[in-house]
Amino acid sequence: MVDYVENRLLTSRRRLLLGGASFAAWAYLPKFARAADGRDPRLVVVILRGALDGLSTVAPIGDPDYAGLHGSIALAADGAHPAIMLDSFFALHPAMPEFARMYRDKHAAVIHAVATPYRDRSHFDGQDVLESGYAGPGRVQSGWLNRALEALPRGERVSSALAVGPTTPLVLRGNAPTVGWAPVALPQADDDTAMRLVDLYRHRDPALAMALSQGLQLDKAASGADMKPKPGNAVAQMRQVARGAAKLMAADDGPRIAALAFDGWDTHANEGGPVGRLAFLLGGLDGALAEFESGLGERWRDTVVVVATEFGRTARINGTDGTDHGTGTIALLAGGAVKGGRVISDWPGLKLANLYEGRDLKPTTDLRCVVKGVLQDQFGLSDRVLAETVFPDSASARPMKGLVA
Amino acid sequence: MARDSQAALVALNRFGLGARGGASGDLINAASDPRGFVKAELVRASGVLLEAPGLQSTQQLGQAVFAYQDQVRQARETAKAAAPAETPSPAPTDQKPGLRRNLSLNAAATEVAGQMAETKPADSVAKPDAIQPSAVAPPSAKPAPQPLNVIQKTFRAEALARLQRATLATCGFTERLVAFWSNHFCISATKGELARIWAGAFEREAIRPHVLGRFADMLKAVEQHPAMLFFLDNQQSLGPDSRAGQNRKRGLNENLAREIMELHTLGVGGGYSQEDVTALARIITGWTFAGRQGQLGAPGSFVFNANAHQPGAQMLLGKTYEATGLAQGEAALADIARHPSTANFIATKFVRHFVADEPPPALVARLRDVFVKTDGDLKALATALVDSDEAWKAPLTKMRSPYDFLVASGRLLARVPEDPGAYLNNLNLLGQPLWSPAGPNGFPDTTAAWAAPEGMKLRLDIAAQMGARLGPNIDPLDLLEFAAADAASIETRKTIERAESRQQALALLLMSPEMQRR
Repeated sequence: MVDYVENRLLTSRRRLLLGGASFAAWAYLPKFARAADGRDPRLVVVILRGALDGLSTVAPIGDPDYAGLHGSIALAADGAHPAIMLDSFFALHPAMPEFARMYRDKHAAVIHAVATPYRDRSHFDGQDVLESGYAGPGRVQSGWLNRALEALPRGERVSSALAVGPTTPLVLRGNAPTVGWAPVALPQADDDTAMRLVDLYRHRDPALAMALSQGLQLDKAASGADMKPKPGNAVAQMRQVARGAAKLMAADDGPRIAALAFDGWDTHANEGGPVGRLAFLLGGLDGALAEFESGLGERWRDTVVVVATEFGRTARINGTDGTDHGTGTIALLAGGAVKGGRVISDWPGLKLANLYEGRDLKPTTDLRCVVKGVLQDQFGLSDRVLAETVFPDSASARPMKGLVA
Repeated sequence: MARDSQAALVALNRFGLGARGGASGDLINAASDPRGFVKAELVRASGVLLEAPGLQSTQQLGQAVFAYQDQVRQARETAKAAAPAETPSPAPTDQKPGLRRNLSLNAAATEVAGQMAETKPADSVAKPDAIQPSAVAPPSAKPAPQPLNVIQKTFRAEALARLQRATLATCGFTERLVAFWSNHFCISATKGELARIWAGAFEREAIRPHVLGRFADMLKAVEQHPAMLFFLDNQQSLGPDSRAGQNRKRGLNENLAREIMELHTLGVGGGYSQEDVTALARIITGWTFAGRQGQLGAPGSFVFNANAHQPGAQMLLGKTYEATGLAQGEAALADIARHPSTANFIATKFVRHFVADEPPPALVARLRDVFVKTDGDLKALATALVDSDEAWKAPLTKMRSPYDFLVASGRLLARVPEDPGAYLNNLNLLGQPLWSPAGPNGFPDTTAAWAAPEGMKLRLDIAAQMGARLGPNIDPLDLLEFAAADAASIETRKTIERAESRQQALALLLMSPEMQRR
């Protein structure tokens, strides 16, 4: 009987190995999708939940204060894993060769020292602001991307092959109907969540800590993964979701506007430099972008992928080789439609006096300007709709011009 | 009375099914009068009964199974007669010509789904209940789902009624008592079609009416219920000297008699011998249910078949029971119910379930005395437990069973299930399939059984799914207030506050010791 139970549990474990992030899209084709000029724009919004360390992803290695602040995890242009120089000042994390290639081909851009209008440091509220498009936190049930869809002329419904997804990110929730897809219905908890829980149990409930730790190890053994904790699972999920999403979006009757969310960016401890935890995650993100490029085929030409996160992380590393919640960070644009090959930044500098509240990269660009610029160039939304409906009360944040070729 | 969140946690988690979210005010109400909050549910015995539109009696359900089995047989015979089977026509394609020239979403979706399917092991298909709400399911590629038969429909309706009751109950103490007694007197739906269709009715008819009544009444209702007689084979047991036994050259089946003494009443080492098992088996020969022909009574109802009953007086546990037919067994059960070993066995198991794996001996002794003095009054037993100091002072070291964990999560999230599918799947995954324990001893009741490594990892996965699905719409810190308020540990609060997303925060809250321990 014991054998039977264990067998069944292990079998069910194997059923769960895939899964994770999900993909949600607008249920309609924009009416101009089949317009005569042949341009058929596509937009993908990728939300990185947990607050991405922009200074470790696109490192200002030309800033004299960077290396000192980022200490043991700082990137450098030399060494065993040199960062990839984007210009004479900024360097890209070595885990992102695909994005580097797109950048060289002028199909990828970086916006640095960017932030939403949110200035506190709660993930929950920060994500609300990022995804709702409102200037401050609050219980909002719709996101800016959904409100942008409402302003678009609605064409045919996308094919019914997609189910309504259970996990539509807030950015795409609202009145405009959405459809979704996830690789499997039973995703595993990600390693970061598991580690946080083990940590809580260690402090409050050692017996459960031991049981769960063993369960996690068993699971890795059963799946053939090695026993060291690493976010390999999350990386595979990112690629897989992107691959599936790209295939669906490449179809003639497939969705044009979609959102994804990737979790796990809250790197308080052992963030790692050129290799390590963040490097794994960035490798997953890089892989996901490459999957979109190859999966969208010739549609990549008309595509913009926007990658954004709720806020940045502290400029100075903390006592556990990680970074705490901060303010300014980066946004990434990729896609054949992007006027790329540039790092767009009004660089504030990393001198103590220039840091926001003496600790964070000071934001000099409003993320809403970037997103509004993309929405305007891709879909022709007016200044007024963008300033009143899509991002309420944002007239002062003017759309950034010329982001799309 | 002063507000005591820690005591509220005991009231809601040790005795109940956890605080409900939303506007229930459960934690505050429990904190202002913890004992009163728990005992309030004991006042109304009729509140334990479960009636819902469409739920049928054991007899009706038995007849439904017989009719269904006849139908299946007929269909099989018709199909055989119609052979050779006609060749199936080619599957219609739903490719629209207009989409063919280029990429179509259906094709892409099929392809994407195909990739995912390849990576699944073949054995995962044998899961009729599996739901994949968000998986790509292109209409062209999916075979039409088999309509549920009457047995599956009934099982799901019974499960749903029980889950809804558990989700909506104020404290959930009586539902916990129902689950305790139902597991004590368990049957398994895996025994066969009758067991599956009867599983819910058995609990409604034999357990619930007596949860706040007398143990002897529950014992009699259980051992005379067709579901139990089927589960433990008593309908096959024939008195060797009975007319049926003589005619068919068959005899006793001791299964039910043994489990009555070992698992239902006296307990192992409770002072009975193999002779007693055999004697009880003889005494209850003829306890059966009427079959599809209805020769003995309405099909699917309990009947005493005098033709199968072993004639003569029997000696059981030192006492002689005269040959009084059905009354012989009823008298024997009534005596076993008030045997001192039964009082001891029940009191120990009761305290182990609600208080600690190592039950405090003084509390066990007190409950044993209550059981004896009140002649097995189960309401008095439950009241004595709630009135004890031990039950409130013992640390919350027990682990919620998978069922309690899933129900507590649903309560906290204020989600009344409309379909039992997700619960049934998760219970299967976590090793506590509803009404389907592996043996007649029921599901284990120890912390170790439910805090096993694999089970913890699976709980975490399920919590993460709930977090992903429901996290965006909730404030995890509000939920922590509903669940534990200031009885929550600082570490749990910080872990939730520092989570990288609401989704993650909800998963961590559901997995916190405050939600797992009871």
